[in-house]
Amino acid sequence: MNAIRKKKNVPILSVRDLKVHFSLPGKGFFGAERQLKAVDGIDFDLYPGETLGIVGESGCGKSTLGRAILQLIPPTDGQVVWLGRDIVGAPHREMQPLRRDLQIIFQDPLASLNPRMTIGEIIAEPLVTHKSELGKDEIKARVKRMMARVGLLPQMINRYPHEFSGGQCQRIGIARAMILEPKLIICDEPVSALDVSIQAQIVNLLQELQREFDLSMIFISHDLSIVRHICHRILVLYLGNLMELADRDSIYANPKHPYTKALISAVPIPDPEIERTKERIVLTGDLPSPINPPSGCVFRTRCPFAKDVCATDVPTVDTVNDHHQVACHFHERM
Amino acid sequence: MTNHILTVENLRARFQTPDGEVEAVNDVNFHIDPGETLGVVGESGSGKTQIFLAVMGLLAKNGKATGTVRYKDKDILNIPSRQLNKIRGVTMSMIFQDPMTSLNPFLKISRQMTEVLVEHRGMSEGDALKRAINMLDRVGIPGAAQRVHMYPHEFSGGMRQRVMIAMALLCDPEVLIADEPTTALDVTVQAQILDLLRDLKKDFNTAIVMITHDLGVVAGLCDRVMVMYGGRIVETGSVRNIFYDSHHPYTEGLLKSMPRIDTASEEHMFAIPGQPPNLQNLPQGCAYQERCAYVMDRCCVSRPSLFGFDDGRASACFREDRQ
Repeated sequence: MNAIRKKKNVPILSVRDLKVHFSLPGKGFFGAERQLKAVDGIDFDLYPGETLGIVGESGCGKSTLGRAILQLIPPTDGQVVWLGRDIVGAPHREMQPLRRDLQIIFQDPLASLNPRMTIGEIIAEPLVTHKSELGKDEIKARVKRMMARVGLLPQMINRYPHEFSGGQCQRIGIARAMILEPKLIICDEPVSALDVSIQAQIVNLLQELQREFDLSMIFISHDLSIVRHICHRILVLYLGNLMELADRDSIYANPKHPYTKALISAVPIPDPEIERTKERIVLTGDLPSPINPPSGCVFRTRCPFAKDVCATDVPTVDTVNDHHQVACHFHERM
Repeated sequence: MTNHILTVENLRARFQTPDGEVEAVNDVNFHIDPGETLGVVGESGSGKTQIFLAVMGLLAKNGKATGTVRYKDKDILNIPSRQLNKIRGVTMSMIFQDPMTSLNPFLKISRQMTEVLVEHRGMSEGDALKRAINMLDRVGIPGAAQRVHMYPHEFSGGMRQRVMIAMALLCDPEVLIADEPTTALDVTVQAQILDLLRDLKKDFNTAIVMITHDLGVVAGLCDRVMVMYGGRIVETGSVRNIFYDSHHPYTEGLLKSMPRIDTASEEHMFAIPGQPPNLQNLPQGCAYQERCAYVMDRCCVSRPSLFGFDDGRASACFREDRQ
């Protein structure tokens, strides 16, 4: 993986201090407006051909982060530098041509497809929008080629989404995202709704497409086992804050943040001997409300190692080495 | 006499649909002993949930179950719901994947929990409330005495699932049927709920049925496993047999296609080719034939029945046929 960064050391995407805050009405009639800090100051770079995993529990802001990068949710503050240019606040007219290179795949495969369009129309839609100069026959030919590439029979071009299974619907979503040959795809929990036997098919397809088209990917998931298989680097989020960012092998073999350790140890392993004897860090309680996050380190209320300083000081993101960053006061002792 | 707490024989569940009859559960036989945890594994549509809805008399209106279901020595399949209510929710309870849809959003938790005790145990409202609070405490809900008076929407997902479990345990059931109880939860909360189920097994000798698609959950919790495919049991055996010496090609494929957090990744993940079968249109012969790496001519002609082995395991595959 480091080979990827050494070979192409100019990031395709740089996210700097990105914040997404939502305003909520105050409690009671005269209550002050409250802020929900869904994403609260995230920095990372993404290199060409790289897959970055964004993991965390529900409500940690991982989907919001993905959408804010694509400007589908306007960021409150910070920069999203795409190919050397900050696109935060760019007007629609300027964003439109950039969207060709920035695509997204959603979690619920059926809900993300218009039930009244044929799958041919669905896959062709980005072409019709962005490459209107292409003739009808050319569009149809490209759609059929892409269908074959993602493992759908091209003769099914006139069928409707409800006629397909979940795994096939996800292939349709991937074909739609790939038809413009984008440079970056954000995959928001693309396999969470699929059966185990189908998950592996879709993960393999995404990896093949990545190699073939030199795609960069951001893979948002709560499933740390899948992430280990598909991602080169992994960013762990908790309540909108970065906890740890590291190369895959580094983070799984040597997690530095107590939250990462707990997350990894909580994933069940399909092997009775190992699963029943492994060491586990069990977190107590639930995720605190992002409207009223804990002071200091946001993770301290569930952290088994929390000390006084964690309640007062926000930990900085420290660089452990070239490919490992962590935000914990005590990471050196972990 | 056997001391099986639940015995299921030749269970079938059929549904009448506008497109014809669908056989969701076909010829299922198994039993559960006290204190035992049975894992039921399969993909969506494999019939794993429908078996236990049939057992509990909860099939949808267009569904019909046939066969035998015995609770201890009593036949309970298709008996009138007045008689069934003496068993379900009392000695046999079920919890579901989505706790929000299983709780009544208009009623406080206290009302929903005490109702069962007043109805089935003839307790007074006050005693019932005390027991409800105890039980919420037992499943790890902080401030149970206050929170019992809250509405379901005031609880988080993990807490709601705890409420469901507490509710299912109110009458000290001998069998707890858990249908994907942790699928909607985050892994750290899932770990808490699984610990809770392990404690129950230890403290109350409760028999647990764990319906899940997650083989990791099965590995950590279950004693025996039943693998379902296309509405039938394709393999059954002890958890060690299933994980370390699986016989059926589907079980083998499932285990190989599970991504594991404890192993470095390979270039390619193993994937079972093809799609899960359509129950309305099952092929002649074995339901797994189109996806099977070992398919033979006879698999497409006739369906293998379960071949049993000495140690209680069984596999429905012609590769086991030694005749």
